[in-house]
Amino acid sequence: MTKSNLRGRRWLSLAAVVSAGVMLAGCSGAGGGAGGGGGDTVTLTLATVNNPQMKDMEQLKGKFEESHPDIKVKFIQMEENDLRDAVTKDVATKGGQYDIVTVGSYEVPIWGQNEWLTNLNDYTTKDADYDVDDILKPVRQALTVDDNLFAVPFYGESSFLMYNKQILADAGLEVPEHPTWQQVADMARQVNNDDHAGICLRGKPGWGELFAPLTTVVQTFGGNWFDEDWNATVDSPEFTKAVQFYTDLVKDAGESDPVSFGFTECLNLFSQGKAAFWYDATSAAGSLESEDLSEVAGNVGYVHAPTVETEESGWLWSWNLAIPETSKKKDAAWEFVSWATSKDYMKLVGEELGWSRVPPGSRASTYEIPEYKEAAGAFAGITKDVMLAVNPTQPGVNPQPWVGIQYVTIPEFQDLGNQVSQSIADVFAGRSSVEDALSDGQKLAEKAGEAQKE
Amino acid sequence: MTATAIRPGRVENDGEVKPRRGRKPVLTQRERRGLRLSRALVWPALAAAITITQIPFLVTIYYSFQQWNLLRPGDQKFVWFDNYATVLTNGAFLSSLLATVVIVGFSVLVSLVFGMVLALLLDRKFVGQGFARTLLITPFLMMPAAASLIWKWSMLDSNVGMVNWLFSLVGINPVAWNTDVPILTIIIVLTWQYTPFMMLILLAGLQSQPSDVLEAASVDGAGPIRTFFSMTLPHMRQYMELSILLGTILLLQVFDPIAIMTRGTGGTKTLSYLLYERAFVGLEIGEAAAYGVLTVILTIIVAMVALRSLFKIFKKEGMS
Repeated sequence: MTKSNLRGRRWLSLAAVVSAGVMLAGCSGAGGGAGGGGGDTVTLTLATVNNPQMKDMEQLKGKFEESHPDIKVKFIQMEENDLRDAVTKDVATKGGQYDIVTVGSYEVPIWGQNEWLTNLNDYTTKDADYDVDDILKPVRQALTVDDNLFAVPFYGESSFLMYNKQILADAGLEVPEHPTWQQVADMARQVNNDDHAGICLRGKPGWGELFAPLTTVVQTFGGNWFDEDWNATVDSPEFTKAVQFYTDLVKDAGESDPVSFGFTECLNLFSQGKAAFWYDATSAAGSLESEDLSEVAGNVGYVHAPTVETEESGWLWSWNLAIPETSKKKDAAWEFVSWATSKDYMKLVGEELGWSRVPPGSRASTYEIPEYKEAAGAFAGITKDVMLAVNPTQPGVNPQPWVGIQYVTIPEFQDLGNQVSQSIADVFAGRSSVEDALSDGQKLAEKAGEAQKE
Repeated sequence: MTATAIRPGRVENDGEVKPRRGRKPVLTQRERRGLRLSRALVWPALAAAITITQIPFLVTIYYSFQQWNLLRPGDQKFVWFDNYATVLTNGAFLSSLLATVVIVGFSVLVSLVFGMVLALLLDRKFVGQGFARTLLITPFLMMPAAASLIWKWSMLDSNVGMVNWLFSLVGINPVAWNTDVPILTIIIVLTWQYTPFMMLILLAGLQSQPSDVLEAASVDGAGPIRTFFSMTLPHMRQYMELSILLGTILLLQVFDPIAIMTRGTGGTKTLSYLLYERAFVGLEIGEAAAYGVLTVILTIIVAMVALRSLFKIFKKEGMS
């Protein structure tokens, strides 16, 4: 190696060290700023799920920062499962990384009870403009433990039955506004053929995939996961009958590969006109009515979730904003939370980004906005009706010791629902019977129930 | 670097005399200092490596003695071997071990066979050889998650999948892959992805075959099949064993196709997927840690047996 070469190397390594140093200095500088050390500016860290409505919120946060010059908001967006992992770890270990978190309605009561979330009662009573009574009542109930409100909804959803008007009309069938499951099953079997499935129902294992629709079916059949005293009732006749009905319907008139089919897969199938019925989330309607995404836009009918024993059978889910107890910037965090869930925010989204993108299912007043009524005419009305009609304190026939539809608000439920849903996948494939699958589930549920009795 | 640089004993530009080859090196003061410095510089890396690899494992062992569900913060306590007892008695571990053995075993063997066939084809000279090789390697370079998604949607989907479409052309009823044959589905995806890997190793083996031996065989009148079984296959043995070992190690941690396609149903719940479920769906830190410790022990045993048999082969080859 020549000397000049060597010198070149030295220069190179020196340059590398210097630039690394500069980078480190840059990092610490940015870190210092984020800590809120500089002046009066507070920086809030918000963890959220990467759904379209949340992306819109990030796009609009500049408006908030304009009106609140002393507050900056930093968004961290993740996929749903990653968000759940990251946020659960952070609040459970008191990491204090986030000032605002996005949590589902399943987690809010559990976390509230664990004293991981800030009680928002003081803020909502002080802030009269916020109008907490405008939040749809069932959603508010699901977020409340012992009269303490632990989160506010950013958007909410229920479930309803969607049908392909063309297919049903060709078969000469009319779908009633409040169908029963038996009627739906008969019609689905009748219109099922090689060209399209009679109905698409989720069969993909997972507590949030399969059991979101299936639990509502179980509840309207009169079954439930637990009775009032936390005794497991998974192998009860009602639960069994409901699962038998569901799996039979899928086998006879459903999609051909049920274990592959979750929300997204059914959305694809139905929007290609390859299914006559689809029972799923009300939030699907936005995509179905979009000309770009769907071949059936304008050709979809929406009616209430089919029932058997109960009056209504829709589920209830919301994505909510909450402030972890560990946050040191709670007041500023509330400023942002109340802005993003306010009536004015809904109007802001409509004016800036388009009325069909307004976060649905959180506030009654949203459904009074004329522009929104027009843009989402096909499904907005029924979404609101279903959301107001469901009762999260007793969605089934018998009273239940938890608040919530489609899930059981106990820490063990993710696990329980997941494992039972995997057994049901074997029922779809004919490798196992409903009785066998549910008797395994009963054992798991008994264990989970015992933990509640302690 | 110039050619003169490797000649020993020459005077460097900076005036120092380098030792001649074969003599014990005499180090100058400066060189010794340099050596000490470079050794000292290794220490932080070594310490970091120990910290990164060993401390988490010790922490995992500690957690495996805890009863701890992340969502029950007040309910954390030391329970000795309770988690291990639960894990070993609830049946999930054994069935998942079986799933792992079946899926990894079949995927490795089938990819080995296909890899061998492709390697034999690529070993001959033909126009567009380089292009064909690049195309054949592509599946291995693809992200596992992407590969699983392609198979799930484009190939095996019951409505728009190409495989079912091909079946329909010859009058076979569409197959509900994930529902009816989940294990086969996973093995198909893994075989597709790992065949190129096997092919690469085996191709290297084929190309290292001495051509004079093959010539001698053909002079002696051996046909291609006889040559393959009597000459090529024995020569390839160590390459095949190496690809089995490496393939097994890579496939033991398979996760993506299971998470994306079957979600652990129908006997596809491998150890890595089971571990994920316990930790991130069940949020059972203690139980997941116990599974983790058991998996590590098992992997070490498998690796030791495999490595030992492999070393035996290398030794034999060396002696002969």
